[in-house]
Amino acid sequence: MSLSSARSITQSVGAPRAVYLDYPLGQTAGRAGDLAEQCAVLEAACGAFEALVEPGSVLDLPMRWAADDAWKERVMRPEPASKGPQSPDPLAGDQRTPRRDTPQYQSPLDEQAADPNCPSCIFLAE
Amino acid sequence: MNSRPPVDYIARTKTLYSSLGHAPYDWVDNPGKTPWSPLKKPLSESTLGVIASGGIYRHGQVAFHHKDDLSYRKISTQTPVDQLRITHFAYDVTAARQDPNAVLPLNALNRLVTSRRIKRLADNALTFMGGIYSSRKVGEVLAPAMVAELKKAEVDLAILIPV
Repeated sequence: MSLSSARSITQSVGAPRAVYLDYPLGQTAGRAGDLAEQCAVLEAACGAFEALVEPGSVLDLPMRWAADDAWKERVMRPEPASKGPQSPDPLAGDQRTPRRDTPQYQSPLDEQAADPNCPSCIFLAE
Repeated sequence: MNSRPPVDYIARTKTLYSSLGHAPYDWVDNPGKTPWSPLKKPLSESTLGVIASGGIYRHGQVAFHHKDDLSYRKISTQTPVDQLRITHFAYDVTAARQDPNAVLPLNALNRLVTSRRIKRLADNALTFMGGIYSSRKVGEVLAPAMVAELKKAEVDLAILIPV
């Protein structure tokens, strides 16, 4: 069962079963801080395991990110050539940060605590 | 109310990356190749495995890097959520860092067990950093390794949580 917040990608890959949450990327299991909603998403996944019979089926969840769908218009749109003094739109443009090939820790404390012989870290050869 | 259809990320990235002068990305497209295993037992008797691609690691583990990292982490499904960390380059991690459940819903997963919706969770969730540009490497190296872990853990069902 695949959760998803990118319906076209999930369908292109051909996941056998999927549950789609129509939210901006980054909260695929439900809104951050909302345990009831996360439980509802997983309960929907359980129901979908039981009910879906067609390979490639996608169950659309009813939750809406905001009262208005205008946010969808801005996601990953090329940014206009002349950028005014406004703050950058967190949804628009190329959201990627530069890709570095060394471990990128959330905080320096994690880096200090990291076990270089970490037995639960499995590194695979290409 | 202004209702709009789901954002088509394949179309959006094609337009955006081409506007930045990049060649179009070769998205995986598997028409007519959808695998299917029917359920063999009720959910209430089933073990659920979890795989999440949002770049989640646990404090004490080595973090992911961002250039086609072909590693994964085993994170106990009993890990307190305040021990989880997020590293990724292709999505805004702000919300997930505030509540890692948004990309690895351990609290809600454990509730499935306490409410007896499922019998048990696999001991470990498997996590990776899914921003890997080589779909060949994912298909030939990373995914088979994680599938082997799920089989070793004898899960009946698996849920994949992408970002």
